[in-house]
Amino acid sequence: MTEKTLHLAVALDGLGWHPAAWRLSRAGASAPLTARYWAALAGEAERATLDLLTFEDSLDLQSTRPDGPDGRVDQLRGRLDAVQIAARLAPLTRHIGLVPTTSTTHTEPFHLATGLATLDHLSGGRAGWRPRVSARRAEAGHFGRREFPAWDPTRLDDPEVVRLVGDLIAEAGDAVEVVRRLWDSWQDDAEIRDVASGRFVDRERLHYIDFVGRWFSVKGPSIVPRSPQGQPVVAALAHSSVPYAFAARHADVVFVTPTDAAHAAAIVAEVRAAEAAVGRTEPPLRVFADLNVLLDESPSLARRRGARLDELHGREFRSDATAFTGTAADLADLLATWQRSGVDGFRLRPAVLPHDLTLITRALVPALRGRGLFRVGYPGGTLRDLLGLPRPASRYAVAETA
Amino acid sequence: MPKQIILAAHFPGVNNTTVWSDPDSGSQIDFSSFVHLARTAERGKFDFFFLAEGLRLREQRGRIHDLDVVGRPDTLTLLAALASVTSHLGLAGTLNATFREPYELARQLASLDHLSGGRAAWNVVTTSDAFTGENFRRGGYLDRSLRYERAAEFVRTARELWESWPAEAIVGDRDGGRYVTEADPGAFAHHGDQFDIAGHFTVPRSPQVHPVILQAGDSPDGREFAASSADAIFSRHGTLEDGQEFYRDVKSRLARYGRHPDDLKIIPGVTFVLGDTDAEAQERAHHIRRQQVSPQTAILLLEQLWNRDLSAYDPDGPLPAVDPDVSADAISRGRAGMYPDPVATARRWRALAEEKGLGIRDLIIEVTGRQSFVGTPRQVADRMDHFVQSDAADGFILVPHLTPGGLDRFVDQVVPLLQERGVFRTEYTGTTLRDHLGLGPARPVGRVGAA
Repeated sequence: MTEKTLHLAVALDGLGWHPAAWRLSRAGASAPLTARYWAALAGEAERATLDLLTFEDSLDLQSTRPDGPDGRVDQLRGRLDAVQIAARLAPLTRHIGLVPTTSTTHTEPFHLATGLATLDHLSGGRAGWRPRVSARRAEAGHFGRREFPAWDPTRLDDPEVVRLVGDLIAEAGDAVEVVRRLWDSWQDDAEIRDVASGRFVDRERLHYIDFVGRWFSVKGPSIVPRSPQGQPVVAALAHSSVPYAFAARHADVVFVTPTDAAHAAAIVAEVRAAEAAVGRTEPPLRVFADLNVLLDESPSLARRRGARLDELHGREFRSDATAFTGTAADLADLLATWQRSGVDGFRLRPAVLPHDLTLITRALVPALRGRGLFRVGYPGGTLRDLLGLPRPASRYAVAETA
Repeated sequence: MPKQIILAAHFPGVNNTTVWSDPDSGSQIDFSSFVHLARTAERGKFDFFFLAEGLRLREQRGRIHDLDVVGRPDTLTLLAALASVTSHLGLAGTLNATFREPYELARQLASLDHLSGGRAAWNVVTTSDAFTGENFRRGGYLDRSLRYERAAEFVRTARELWESWPAEAIVGDRDGGRYVTEADPGAFAHHGDQFDIAGHFTVPRSPQVHPVILQAGDSPDGREFAASSADAIFSRHGTLEDGQEFYRDVKSRLARYGRHPDDLKIIPGVTFVLGDTDAEAQERAHHIRRQQVSPQTAILLLEQLWNRDLSAYDPDGPLPAVDPDVSADAISRGRAGMYPDPVATARRWRALAEEKGLGIRDLIIEVTGRQSFVGTPRQVADRMDHFVQSDAADGFILVPHLTPGGLDRFVDQVVPLLQERGVFRTEYTGTTLRDHLGLGPARPVGRVGAA
């Protein structure tokens, strides 16, 4: 019996996910401010036929503290806008999915919708989006329109924190709903260019979305014609039941953070239960397990490099996702095991860039292919095609013919 | 050395200047159309590419306006992608300051400036239009009188953010373990009437430090805003005399802000039609105007002045005898108002139609959309140069009527003549848009109010 192949994504952030990554990266310290750096990473990933790249983003300065800057000068600080990076890469790549992160808390859903639809147009259907919330006071202070309470990240069960985060996630749900309606607000065949009647569009195929919610209302239609995928791929990072339900309602892909194969199976079961609970009618979520990866040619080399990074950092690297330190062959075995727990793919977070990306592309990918677990080449088409997600008809077109 | 001409390429927009019915008219949304125009402009050594913006589809009589091009890309996303297919061309985008926040827009523009190697420009517009506001969580609208107040404070705040990181802040000293020279770079605090924000900016200082600021708008407030805050004005083209008058007026306002007349460039938007002979160019110009004003468009444009439903009128028949309705709400929404005194304008149009024996469509063709420069390549080059040397402008934003090939002939035939005269560059001499425009380094606004 041939096993199903798995999907592979790589998450890009700065010079790598380890807080001390810049100390060992062979890219220049300010390389993440240049197009050349991102183009090289994307080119490397695309040559190995990875499914997609995600780009992290945040509306405040990196910090080891939960709420505000930490005064440290020994870590990477500063970043560019993720949608701008993805758009800059679109003309330089041909197959790989481009998935920027944006906040839904302080941004306009209309701008998010039009920006991502445009990314989809100019990439020929390779746009995705990871919406996130901004709960920190530092971010709110950059906009000056909302006051958030100070909160203690070690007390996530504090009722006020639970309420705040719950509201922000609900608001993010409204934002995704608005964005998705705007993506559908132009039917595919709205542009008619009918010279006889002088009409460029058939206005019956353009639709007001008339969204009214607790936090905002949006009239529509979009200013951007419907894009190649119709609906760019929406991905959510989720660690617990509330975000699982968010993903089940609003996303196409969910990034989860299991600790081992059994945990992966439990999370997949929880995600499927969430899908049933919200009455999901779209195709099942594609479940990607997130892993921090630090790769070398031997386990001892990898361990030594990990220890060196932790030493430079001043303590052990802690993350929401499990860290793998070892060889590409061992990682391939681990991915194979986790895949049997029901995950569809993996989002790997390289410890140091470009080093760990290069080992993913040049060692892990061949190891997976050797096990029959990863594609050779791209089949062609959009990111939805790559992930096996059908292209949805506009909801308004469906309403019209019903 | 004679004055050097600034040239920019405007992507054909969502109004009836753009002819979509022509067999040569291509897609208004496929990336390839934008690539074609941008690369053509760069081949012609243009200063910058220009993209307009509209954040709600236009409506007339309560329905989406369907006679012109409808639909466009998001400005910032498109410009970032164009940075990948060009190497020197400036990338200017119109972005509405009413429905954006300084922190977010400043980081997007600074990101574009980094990713393009210093080629970002922002055409600042505001709207007092509640109609457009219906698409935004901020909702509502801006009081008309506050438009330029918001714009000026927005630009000032953005500049404070752009210079919030010190120069050379990232040292990357691996052995010493210092990534940045100072702790928590990007600190800012802006406490103003429009914006009260503080914290840390995420984007280190970009190549231009201050991306180029353009301003479009003719009102006294708009001129004052440009004089205080902008690097260039996207003005309207008039006659040579009108242009000179505008030029004198705006440039004379600069001293008040401690600025030199060269610190603000005046760049009217213009159209052009080329022909092998003058007669051929005139004939083409007339043909294009007929394409721009279809029978349906003629009625629609008439309705914008009359502010009444005129759909029952024959486009080839006489103008309405009834006067414009000045009391009702505007029939057309999502575009700038055009006629200060509709009743007087209507009388003038009626008189003109009677005198020349014109029906509605021919009258509209007569009074609207006349191309700025019509003639042989040499005639057009001569007139453009004369316009600039006579201080009626510093250059032009060219608005082709066709996507994507509308600039091809200009670049092939007019640019070489301007270069021959020594009034336009033959090679790029700098790398940033500030370099191309001769603006010099950004002048810091200072960390006013910073903690």
